[in-house]
Amino acid sequence: MTSDMRPPLKQLDFSYFPGCSLATTSAESNHSLMEAAKILGFNLIEIPDWNCCGSSSAQTMCRNLALGMAARNLSLAPPTRPLVAMCPRCLHYLRSAQRCLKQDSLTRMELENRWGRSINVEGEVIHFMEVLVRYGLDRLKASARRSLEGLKFVPYYGCTLFRPPRLKQERYFQGEMENILVALGATPVPNALTYRCCGSFLSATDPELVTPLVNEIVHSAELSGADCLVTACAMCQLNLEIRRTIKSKIPIFHFSEILALALGAEDYEKWFVRHIVDPRPVIRHLAKAA
Amino acid sequence: MTLKTQPQTYPILAPDNSWGNQKLVQEVTRRSGTELSRCYQCQACANGCPFVTGMDFRPNQVIRLIQLGLRQEALTCRTIWVCVACHTCSSQCPMDIDIAAIMDTLRLMAVEEGVPIGKPNIIDFHEEVLRSLEKYGRAHKLGIMLGYKRQTGSWLKDMDLGLKMLAKRKLELFPSRIKATEEITELFKCYWRETP
Repeated sequence: MTSDMRPPLKQLDFSYFPGCSLATTSAESNHSLMEAAKILGFNLIEIPDWNCCGSSSAQTMCRNLALGMAARNLSLAPPTRPLVAMCPRCLHYLRSAQRCLKQDSLTRMELENRWGRSINVEGEVIHFMEVLVRYGLDRLKASARRSLEGLKFVPYYGCTLFRPPRLKQERYFQGEMENILVALGATPVPNALTYRCCGSFLSATDPELVTPLVNEIVHSAELSGADCLVTACAMCQLNLEIRRTIKSKIPIFHFSEILALALGAEDYEKWFVRHIVDPRPVIRHLAKAA
Repeated sequence: MTLKTQPQTYPILAPDNSWGNQKLVQEVTRRSGTELSRCYQCQACANGCPFVTGMDFRPNQVIRLIQLGLRQEALTCRTIWVCVACHTCSSQCPMDIDIAAIMDTLRLMAVEEGVPIGKPNIIDFHEEVLRSLEKYGRAHKLGIMLGYKRQTGSWLKDMDLGLKMLAKRKLELFPSRIKATEEITELFKCYWRETP
C-alpha cells in the first residue's frame, strides 16, 4: 500500500494504547516513542486507565473474556481521534474486537450498558508506523536532526505485523519500516530472516524450542552484513535478546529508538542501558554526528 | 539451526466415522471459518512451521485427524498448544486454508470440553497470565513467571536470565495496575475455569 492511497492526517492528536510490554519490560520503546512523537508534534494521549488487550492467553482460554478486555479499551478511547498502538498484537486484538462488536451489536450494547460508556467502533485503530507514513516521509525527513547514513539494518517485522492473522481482512505493513528508515538515511538489508517468528510465549514456557529459532534469525542478520536488526514488536525484541546463545554482538533496536535517534533525541543512553545486547557501539558514529 | 529429522511415519489410527464424529469436520470448519476439506496433504504447513520439532502431530496431520473424525486425538495433541499463531502455515498453504485458525479453534474446544491438555505447561502459563490480568488488569511479568515456576516446579530454569532482566529493570517488582478493577472482575465472570 502506498502512502497516497491513505487519507492524510487531519490532526496530530491521537489516543495512545501502550500495552503491557511497552509499559514495563520494554519501557525504553515507550520512552523513545514519546520522544519521537514530541519532536514531530504528535500528541499521543494515553488511554486513561487502559487494561491489557487480552493477549494470546485470554484469546486461548475464553473468547468472551478476550473480547471484553479489548472492548474496555475501545470504550475509553474517544471516537474523535485515531487510536494508535505500537505493539502489533495489541493492535490486532483491538482491531479484531472493533470488527467483532461492529457486527455484534447485542454484545456491544450489553457492554456499553454495563460500563455506561459507548464503545468506539467507528474510529480508526492504527499502528504508529502508519501515522508516520500518513504524516509524510518528506516532512519526516525535514524533521531529522541526525542522519542514519551508513547504518545497515535488517527490518525485522516479526509475524503479526508482517503477516496479519485473517490475511485478507487486515492491512499489511510490509515495506513500511524500510520506507521510513530509508527516508532517514539508513540502508535496509533485506536478505536475512525478516519475519521468521521469534517464538512468542514459548520463550517463557519452552525456551529449548525458541533458542534455535532466535539463533537462526540472529545468524542470518550476521551473514547479511547488517549492523543491527530493527523490530516493530517489543516481544520480538526481547526474545531476540534473551534467547540467543550464539556469540553475536549484533543489537536489536526497537523501531521507535532508531526513529527518535534520527530525530535528534538526546536521552538515548537511558534506553540503551536497558538492552541486554549493548547497541551503543553501533550508534556511536551516529551519535557524534548530532 | 539443527532440525531433528523426523521419520515420515503417520500414526496408524482407525478412522471413526460414527455419527458423533462426523460432526467434528463440520464443527471445526464452522468455528474456524476455514475450509479444511481442501487439504491434500502437501505438507507445506509442516515444512514452514518454525515449531514443528516440538509437535507430536505435524499441522497437516492434525487436519487429517479432524477429517478422520478422531476427536480425542485432535483435541489432546501437543501440537495445538505449541502453535503460537504466527500464521506462517496459513500464508504458505496453497489451498488457502487458515491452519492457524484451525489450531485456535481446537485449543478453544479442548478448554471447553475439559479434555487432558497435550502440553500442560503451556496452559499453566496462560492461566498464570490470566491470574495477573484478573488481579491487576495488566500483565505483571515477574509475578507471572514466579507463579508459572511455582506451578511447574521449574525454579532453577532461567534463574540467571531472570536476574539479568531484574538488573536491567526489565522485570518490574511491583505490578502496574488499573483503577477500575471491578470492571475487569466482571469480565472474568465468563471465564469458567477455576482460578485459585
